[in-house]
Amino acid sequence: MAAPKPRVKVPNSAKVGEVIEVKTLISHPMESGQRKDKSGAIIPRKIINKFVATYGGEEVFSVDVGPAVSANPYIQFSMKVPAAGDLHFAWTDDDGSVYEMTKSIAIA
Amino acid sequence: MTFTRRDTLVMGAGAAALMALPLSASAATDEAVAAAIAAFTGGAATAAGGVDIGAPEIAENGNTVPIDVSADGAASILVLAAGNPNPGVATFHFGALAVPAAATRIRLAGTQDIIAVAKMADGSFREARRTVKVTIGGCGG
Amino acid sequence: MFNGKLHGLTAACAAAAFAVGGAAGGAAWADPDDHELVIDGESIVTEVAAQPGNPLGTLYSGWRYRTPETQALQMDDFENPVMLQVDLARDVWSVAEGEAGKSCALCHDDVEVSMIGVKAGYPKMNAGAGKAFALEHQVNACRTERMGADAWKWESQDMIGMTALIGLQSRGMPVDIDDDALAPVIAQGKDIYNTRFGQLDLSCANCHEDNNGVMIRADHLSQGHGNGFPTYRLKWQGTGTLHRRFKGCMDNIRAEPYKRGSEEFTALEAYIAWRGQGLSVETPSVRN
Repeated sequence: MAAPKPRVKVPNSAKVGEVIEVKTLISHPMESGQRKDKSGAIIPRKIINKFVATYGGEEVFSVDVGPAVSANPYIQFSMKVPAAGDLHFAWTDDDGSVYEMTKSIAIA
Repeated sequence: MTFTRRDTLVMGAGAAALMALPLSASAATDEAVAAAIAAFTGGAATAAGGVDIGAPEIAENGNTVPIDVSADGAASILVLAAGNPNPGVATFHFGALAVPAAATRIRLAGTQDIIAVAKMADGSFREARRTVKVTIGGCGG
Repeated sequence: MFNGKLHGLTAACAAAAFAVGGAAGGAAWADPDDHELVIDGESIVTEVAAQPGNPLGTLYSGWRYRTPETQALQMDDFENPVMLQVDLARDVWSVAEGEAGKSCALCHDDVEVSMIGVKAGYPKMNAGAGKAFALEHQVNACRTERMGADAWKWESQDMIGMTALIGLQSRGMPVDIDDDALAPVIAQGKDIYNTRFGQLDLSCANCHEDNNGVMIRADHLSQGHGNGFPTYRLKWQGTGTLHRRFKGCMDNIRAEPYKRGSEEFTALEAYIAWRGQGLSVETPSVRN
């Protein structure tokens, strides 16, 4: 599988106190551990199990992700923007890999 | 009575517009669901209402069902799929800056209830359920 | 070819399907809905009158047969799961590969300029090879002959991503192939389309021409156009090619499928493109 690639949609700027919508996607098969291969053996589970969004170093939103979340997990949330800052995203794979992305938000 | 292929197509078409996938024996039991809720609430009771679940009435394919959950004043929301082999789907945690609402896409093994349990800021718990009919449409590989 | 009896049955099951399904959504399950496809502000044509000689009267994109939730996935380039692969292909476009040390970009420069309208004209008659080419054939011809690189497998993520990226540059443009140059290939494709195959003894036409709009079990049958491929299918939880879709249908009717990239599937693709001319390219689309 190609390395998981994240994508996020975040406004470039917001007014102080404005609520913004944040959309995130990451390419990942989310192998649930329920499927069997041709020989009947279970295909081992391999999923993104955690998603964390932090702003100015503080956790804003996080998800404990289970195998029932669809492949190429889509996660959307909303947050209030207190001041200009960096919105940092981290996705953790079962195998320990962490995929990250950061978006800066300016004050309009 | 012999059915021609055309008859089968017609009968199938007319009768099965809402054909739902029957759940197999491996579907989650009520105990598993109750255990998942108890693990989240520490055994505390949940009150009905105060949690909204958005989901399609009929999901065209169980692989990718868009859902959203929200609960005013919630610190976290647990999402369960009562009819999946394992009921746990995801748990959303909301920090101070977050609006207590989230959306994602989930896998549903068949027609079943989605259950959302919200842990409120004051430590109490609220619960809601919503039925999603899951169809097994989609010919072609 | 199909007598009035089947048409009568079709009308009956359309009515029955509507009666059963009416409680669920309100809109008639029998017909495609009347939603409008707008992707990030751009309006895409999903309904058009068929040309003379087309067995269909009005052409409807497969998008019009899907549930609102599935439709929504295609209406936003962020939410469209194929776009992840398109991004990867954008990177690949600029990377030199093969013995000649060339990248796609070296000859074709900016994909968003050079590839405008290209997918809309496929399949194409390739004079040098003396046969019809699907876009995948052309990509591999460039790779092997010009770049000195290995051919990509038909259903590889590389090929799917690249044809999705190229196809995206035709999005919104009408499917428009060279009918004259492809005439014998289209005829061959039409033949295959109307031939019954497999243990279930069904032809493409049985479902997609005689029963489009009707439910087959819980699937709302479309007219079977190819204008959105490669497409993300919820069923596949991934993106796949038109030839994969053909193969899947043949597997379903318990027939021995032709191979992806074969002359037969390319002819079928040509007929389907002919039959769907005028509809907008929707690549990369989202289907069930």
